[in-house]
Amino acid sequence: MTTPIAYFLVVSAALFTIGTVGVMVRRNALVIFMSVELQLNGVNLALVAFSRLHGNLTGQVLTFFSMVVAAAEVVVGLAIIVYVFRRRRTANVDDLAVLRW
Amino acid sequence: MSADQIVFWVFAPISIGSAIAILLQRNAVHAALFLIVNFFTIAVFYLVLEAPFLFAVQIIVYAGAIMVLFLFVIMLLGVDRDEVLTERIPWQRPAAILIGIGVFAELVVAIRAGVGFSAKGPEAFAETANRGGNTEALARALFRDYFLPFEATSVLLIVAAVAAMMLAARHRRAITPAEQEALAAEPEMAEVAP
Repeated sequence: MTTPIAYFLVVSAALFTIGTVGVMVRRNALVIFMSVELQLNGVNLALVAFSRLHGNLTGQVLTFFSMVVAAAEVVVGLAIIVYVFRRRRTANVDDLAVLRW
Repeated sequence: MSADQIVFWVFAPISIGSAIAILLQRNAVHAALFLIVNFFTIAVFYLVLEAPFLFAVQIIVYAGAIMVLFLFVIMLLGVDRDEVLTERIPWQRPAAILIGIGVFAELVVAIRAGVGFSAKGPEAFAETANRGGNTEALARALFRDYFLPFEATSVLLIVAAVAAMMLAARHRRAITPAEQEALAAEPEMAEVAP
């Protein structure tokens, strides 16, 4: 292991940033959801890198929990998107402006 | 240049490139396929960072289960056509890119201040933290120190499954006699949602 841990952290920061920009730029609810997954994976990579840096498994356990939560989040989120699509016939978040003043 | 450096410098550009490709794809199916590539590169990083259990879980859960679910919903909704690119707020896209650059710069500064660009992990990770193999060591940590959170996740998964079923099921209530008469009188009412 000769790669500095910070390189992995920079990659994870880049993935998180790209996910953030994706959430702000894209209009399709499904692609926004994919960007959120990208952010979660960036954070997971940082946690595993920290686990390697500090020489214990706490980061890996936390990543394991974060994966479980991400799976639950995807199930509920996609169910909400399907529900909204059935009602409104759209997956474009700009069309869902009922609550806006 | 050692093996893990070669693996890193091969897969880091693929990882970031596929992530940027997700943003630039107008077709949701193509974006999902690039996301699968990205998940695989992250799995390789886990292997380099000596987390082989998470490597397997990443491929099985993320690249397998979650992405199948995503593609399934994309096909189900039929939203695989290109999305409209008209913006309601004209300055939103440049503002988002500016904020992104700011967030990335801030994170790099934080990494530099907190970890430093030369810090390496301990050489004896396999013998100390991963003693007896990564999966066994992770199981020890999970079932001794983090047993209560582990049980809480099982509750979370059941709640999520029930919630998804409640949201996705079509609720059909029984039609009352009065409504039946109304339907007979006005057939176009038949498609009105309850």
